[in-house]
Amino acid sequence: MKPTPFGYVKAASLPQALDLLARHGEEAQILAGGQSLIPTLNMRLSAPRLLIDISGLADLSGIAVAGDILRIGALTRHAEVEKSELVARHAPLIAAAMPHVAHPAIRNRGTFGGSLALADPAAELPACCLALAATMIVQAPSGSRRIAARDFFKGLFETALEAGEVLTAIEIPIAVPGQVFAFEELARRHGDYAIVGIAATARKAADGTLSDIRLAYLNLESRPVLAGKAAAALAGTTGDAAAVTAAQDALAGEASPHADLNATPETRLHLARVLLGRAVARLIA
Amino acid sequence: MTESLPLNLPIDLTVNGERISATVPARQHLIDFLRETLSLTGSHIGCEHGVCGACSIRVNGAVVRGCLTLAVQCDGASVDTIEGLSDSGAIADLQSAFHERNALQCGFCTPGMLATGYDIVRRLPDADEARIRRELSGNICRCTGYHAIVDAIETVAAKRGAGA
Ligand SMILES: Cc1cc2nc3c(=O)[nH]c(=O)nc-3n(C[C@H](O)[C@H](O)[C@H](O)COP(=O)(O)OP(=O)(O)OC[C@H]3O[C@@H](n4cnc5c(N)ncnc54)[C@H](O)[C@@H]3O)c2cc1C
Ligand code: FES
Ligand code: FES
Repeated sequence: MKPTPFGYVKAASLPQALDLLARHGEEAQILAGGQSLIPTLNMRLSAPRLLIDISGLADLSGIAVAGDILRIGALTRHAEVEKSELVARHAPLIAAAMPHVAHPAIRNRGTFGGSLALADPAAELPACCLALAATMIVQAPSGSRRIAARDFFKGLFETALEAGEVLTAIEIPIAVPGQVFAFEELARRHGDYAIVGIAATARKAADGTLSDIRLAYLNLESRPVLAGKAAAALAGTTGDAAAVTAAQDALAGEASPHADLNATPETRLHLARVLLGRAVARLIA
Repeated sequence: MTESLPLNLPIDLTVNGERISATVPARQHLIDFLRETLSLTGSHIGCEHGVCGACSIRVNGAVVRGCLTLAVQCDGASVDTIEGLSDSGAIADLQSAFHERNALQCGFCTPGMLATGYDIVRRLPDADEARIRRELSGNICRCTGYHAIVDAIETVAAKRGAGA
């Protein structure tokens, strides 16, 4: 299907984009990679009067390390993140998740920030950002603010971004020695949105003991969630079979799985338990 | 807000090596601009929401979805359609491998498969079958069952790799 008519402005600067957003309010939408927005326009699920194309804002794109922070510009395309050596070295969890984000042709245009701003419950990157305790950098006409990933994802396609704000960059603490990562998901076809998935990180001591465990689930609930009780059940263990079972049981106690066309809450919980086992196997490998 | 917004915009781009200037509705997809305005109907339209890959074309050397790209976003870009790739001989080896392996039946998916296949053999000359399948995951074929397509691409990747 074809979208309803809309106007289009290619923003030449961030202040111009913010100004247009402020003036046009709800009638305007930011266009980044367009790989989620254009399908919704095609299906006429949304009909903005103006698209503000920010894809030309070079300042909002690129990957860099400063001190112990990896900074990914919101407009950095998935394909660039996927092949980045800085990401592979300093955020291996994101490198592991990237091949699961849609298909190559979509990764050539879709952006890192677009995926976070959209907050699809089944998207990989929001869960990775939650697991890695990333910080979102957001710009409004009045100034910029920083939002922790755990406060950013509010619900189904809902974030802490307010009207008129643009996500400009994501800051991720770089991997430290002894930190281990695992990404696992189940999807019907490679590249499709996951039925359920897990982004996990921990510190592994020389004797194999796990600590600082963070287990972020995607598509278990309507927003990415940390399984704190499951993580606590693993802490101080070596991730042996008994610890995994205890963590899986703890997960069952804390999760409120949602239902969608792909799976009932019961199926989701079952799959989430299975993925927990696979993720721990990777962490301790 | 009643301020008038530009619904039609001028673009300059290169399509298959030829400079083109046009005025396009902002809402027009690149694939529709190519098919309807330029009569380059080789690339197809299937789902129109990014799932099937029939509309795969090259923009600035990268394969994209023609149904998820607006023509107006391609101001200044260089676009290669299946016609351009075919006429230049760039995919002649892939085309004959598809032919030899029976990698097409109705042909609906074929332009997208060739555009994606060309990207695979250029970018990943060492790709094995599993990697080719992963790279092709965004292109749907209702006829062939994929094996022949994967074989054809693998054969060309190996030949090109050996020749390089
Ligand atoms: C067939 C298909 C399969 C897919 N599979 C997956 C998948 O498995 N996993 C996955 O994660 N994604 C998947 N995607 C989505 C893809 O990853 C998108 O690229 C991504 O979700 C959105 O990024 P974008 O840059 O294209 O954003 P756009 O489509 O341009 O924008 C999406 C939304 O975010 C807003 N927005 C974008 N950038 C900003 C910003 N910087 N500040 C404020 N608001 C902003 C826009 O206004 C819009 O509302 C799939 C898409 C398709 C078509
Ligand atoms: S028509 Fe573009 S992906 Fe199906
Ligand atoms: S040959 Fe018919 S869809 Fe692929």
